[in-house]
Amino acid sequence: MKTAMDLPVEIEEAVNGIEPIRIAKIGRREFLKLTGLVGGGLMLSFTGLRAAATGGALHPNGFLRIDSEGITLYAKNPEIGQGVKTSLPMIVAEELDAAWEDVAVAQSPIDEATYGPQVAGGSNSIRVNWDLLRTAGATARAMLLGAAAVRLGVPPAELATRDSHVVHERTGTRLHYTDLADAAAAMPVPDASRLPLKAPDQYRLLGTRITGVDNEALVRGEPLFGIDQSLPGMKYAVYQKCPAQRGRVKSFNESEIRQLPGIHDVFSLEGNGNPLELMPGVAIVADSTWAALSAKRQLRVDWDETDAAQDSWSDAVAQAGRLRREAGATRVVESGDVDAALAGSAQRLESFYTYHFASHAQLEPQNCVARFANGAVELWAPTQTPHRGIDNVANTLGIPADRVTVHQTRCGGGFGRRLYNDFMCEAAAIATRVDGPVKLQWTREDDMSHDLFRAGGFHQLEGSLDAEGSVTGLRDHFITFADRGRPVSGGSFRPGVFPSGLIDNLRLEETALEWRTRCGAWRAPFSNVFGFVIESFVHELATAAGRDHLEVMLEIFGEPRWLDPGNPRALHTGRAAGVVRLAAERAGWGRAMPAGRGLGLAFYFSHAGHVAEVAEVSVDAEKKIKVHRVTVAADVGPIVNLSGAENQLEGSVIDGLSTMAGLAVTFENGRVEQSNFDAYPMLRMPETPEVDVHFVASDFPPSGLGEPALPPLAPAVCNAVFAATGHRIRTLPISEEGFSIV
Amino acid sequence: MRLNVNGTEHELEGVDPSAPLLWVLRDGLGLVGAKFGCGISQCGACTVLVDGEPVRSCSYPVAAAVEAEVSTVEGLAEPGGELSAVQQAWVDLDVAQCGYCQAGQIMAAEALLRSNPSPTDADIDRAMAPNLCRCGTYLRIRKAIKVAAAQRAEGGRS
Ligand code: FES
Ligand code: FES
Repeated sequence: MKTAMDLPVEIEEAVNGIEPIRIAKIGRREFLKLTGLVGGGLMLSFTGLRAAATGGALHPNGFLRIDSEGITLYAKNPEIGQGVKTSLPMIVAEELDAAWEDVAVAQSPIDEATYGPQVAGGSNSIRVNWDLLRTAGATARAMLLGAAAVRLGVPPAELATRDSHVVHERTGTRLHYTDLADAAAAMPVPDASRLPLKAPDQYRLLGTRITGVDNEALVRGEPLFGIDQSLPGMKYAVYQKCPAQRGRVKSFNESEIRQLPGIHDVFSLEGNGNPLELMPGVAIVADSTWAALSAKRQLRVDWDETDAAQDSWSDAVAQAGRLRREAGATRVVESGDVDAALAGSAQRLESFYTYHFASHAQLEPQNCVARFANGAVELWAPTQTPHRGIDNVANTLGIPADRVTVHQTRCGGGFGRRLYNDFMCEAAAIATRVDGPVKLQWTREDDMSHDLFRAGGFHQLEGSLDAEGSVTGLRDHFITFADRGRPVSGGSFRPGVFPSGLIDNLRLEETALEWRTRCGAWRAPFSNVFGFVIESFVHELATAAGRDHLEVMLEIFGEPRWLDPGNPRALHTGRAAGVVRLAAERAGWGRAMPAGRGLGLAFYFSHAGHVAEVAEVSVDAEKKIKVHRVTVAADVGPIVNLSGAENQLEGSVIDGLSTMAGLAVTFENGRVEQSNFDAYPMLRMPETPEVDVHFVASDFPPSGLGEPALPPLAPAVCNAVFAATGHRIRTLPISEEGFSIV
Repeated sequence: MRLNVNGTEHELEGVDPSAPLLWVLRDGLGLVGAKFGCGISQCGACTVLVDGEPVRSCSYPVAAAVEAEVSTVEGLAEPGGELSAVQQAWVDLDVAQCGYCQAGQIMAAEALLRSNPSPTDADIDRAMAPNLCRCGTYLRIRKAIKVAAAQRAEGGRS
């Protein structure tokens, strides 16, 4: 399904966890050959970077380089806090059998021909690159073994590798990789399909806790982030857009701004008609960030709002209230006969759920350094989609993509916001008017008003139970948003959405309200809100049936099976039941609770990750909720970096709790009503619960961890609040119902 | 205007006295450890110490820091030299996710441990509440502060 914005389908689907991006479909056997075709022969022949060209270095692919000085591994994807700058090289190091202490990690250049897609999104980095990186490491290992066999005059079968050495046990000989690099570079490149790869029980590095490769630079305050980049002679720019997205500049107080201290230039830009690239606005160029920010406060723009967003949240609420009991405009998923199930039920239940829009609020506001000269532009950009950024900038400036160079920087949070590169386009457009480099700096207020928001929505649910208290049917009428007929990002059911295939009689319907403000992928798109709706309602059904929630969940999963046989990214009911049982057991499910205290359970499946959570809460008479502990059980296949994996799960729980507690973005007259963190109160340390993380050690292909642990959090907490108080929360954030997290 | 940062005197010319300390550090002195997050004292990403007290440098006029000693994360260790106990604990416990808030967190933690060498959980919560972590690393921050406190108590690193 097309989304409202021009996000390329492969990225949109990747971030929504539906379709693997290109490379993922290729088996390891064919990988080298195919990449060779796409990438111009480099990976096919391995000759492009051979010894001759690199002065005695073994550099068989883009992911590693070994020379007499040491071992360098290249991290291909943007680092946004998900830990891939550490975890991706770990996969190479494992198959290479390199000692982690011997390894230096470098960020790889943006180069699609060598690296394939370089994207941070959809919890895909590990999954998509798993075979590729294992093969990259194993290839180099085989060449090192070959070189050692020649040097020692022994058959390769007598040799082993360990801790960056080739070892010949019989003679006790140890050769360090750096001493073999030269000779290894001249060895024939092995057939990738014949390379032995390790079985999980042979892993030495994977599954251990490794501290992030940038941590030391981070704690020293070194310039890692986009906002830290600086070039000689650089100027500083800000860019004011219409508070109602897509408004145009009529006029502004140009002469007044020009006279302010430190101001070099002020001018308006037209916009290129693509709201994901360049919207109209006024740029101020100054000799410091502060001069630019001060002048922005004095800027008065008269906006033409003819085409601007007019969106109103309160109107949407009123419309949804009128529409909810009607039939949806479209039926997206239909199986069985839900009308018959409802009509013939022993018990029938109806509920209406609401969730607000939300902002990404990544802590580093958008920024980008750009330098334009001779029809070419160079950018230093904290982006999740650098290749897409190149195309966006080329399109904005009307120059060929090969005149755009992007350097990736560390990103101060992503959460989906930096899948979109409007800030790069703005910086590039401003740079064409500036002599020398310029850094564009958004304020927090710019970020809040010009986010691509997690869309709000409404769900009218009906469910049926038979005489035994089993769930027989479910209908959901989703009242969502569309921009001129195209569903906003995350604003539509996708085929196969949970719980498709688990409930015999199921109908998912949609009605869309018109919406102009940009919406975008927000950590675990759609799942992050739908998980709350569906997992709360299943608990409602279990409660109505007078049955234990855990028992009803397991009954819904049924016999262990793949829901979409042959698709390893599909839900497996046995894995689902496994994590639900594990979380319940570790949390002490079923134990007696004092008054005002309760346990709540939820499961969700997204981004190929099976995750269950149990929250333990107390609630007082003032509706203040203390979340004591959240127990998480996840089955995401083998774990690469255990420390990073645990960090992602802790972070997902805290992000989930923060967002459900009090984060809402509302609109009137097309304007966002919250402008900064004072009106968007994220969770702080005192409210943080204990988080108890458990992984199921399965050897399914690995899936990512940045997202799937977020969706179960809100329903687990709300189900626990119900257990503690008998009050069913049906609105996010819960502050709308008078609750708070303390 | 003279500004003492991490023990070094800087002569600042043409600086607006009302400019926030944050932008003078970042753009003027090239000390980019302190970060811009909100600009209104809500997130703590810009936390530095002025005479040992944590301040939100995004909202702290540079003129108020003249005559005082300003400490930033860059001053906790010599370049390439041994890390402070707090910094080392942050590395050992792999605290960071995106890392953007962490320089501010580290400075708040330094200030806490200098005034309260063995803080309780409640002390830590109170001292760290002004510092947001969007990625949700609070549990590790709390742990790292305890590890650093123990290190300092043993007379290891400062
Ligand atoms: S930037 Fe200073 S408190 Fe947020
Ligand atoms: S680590 Fe990302 S904001 Fe704290």
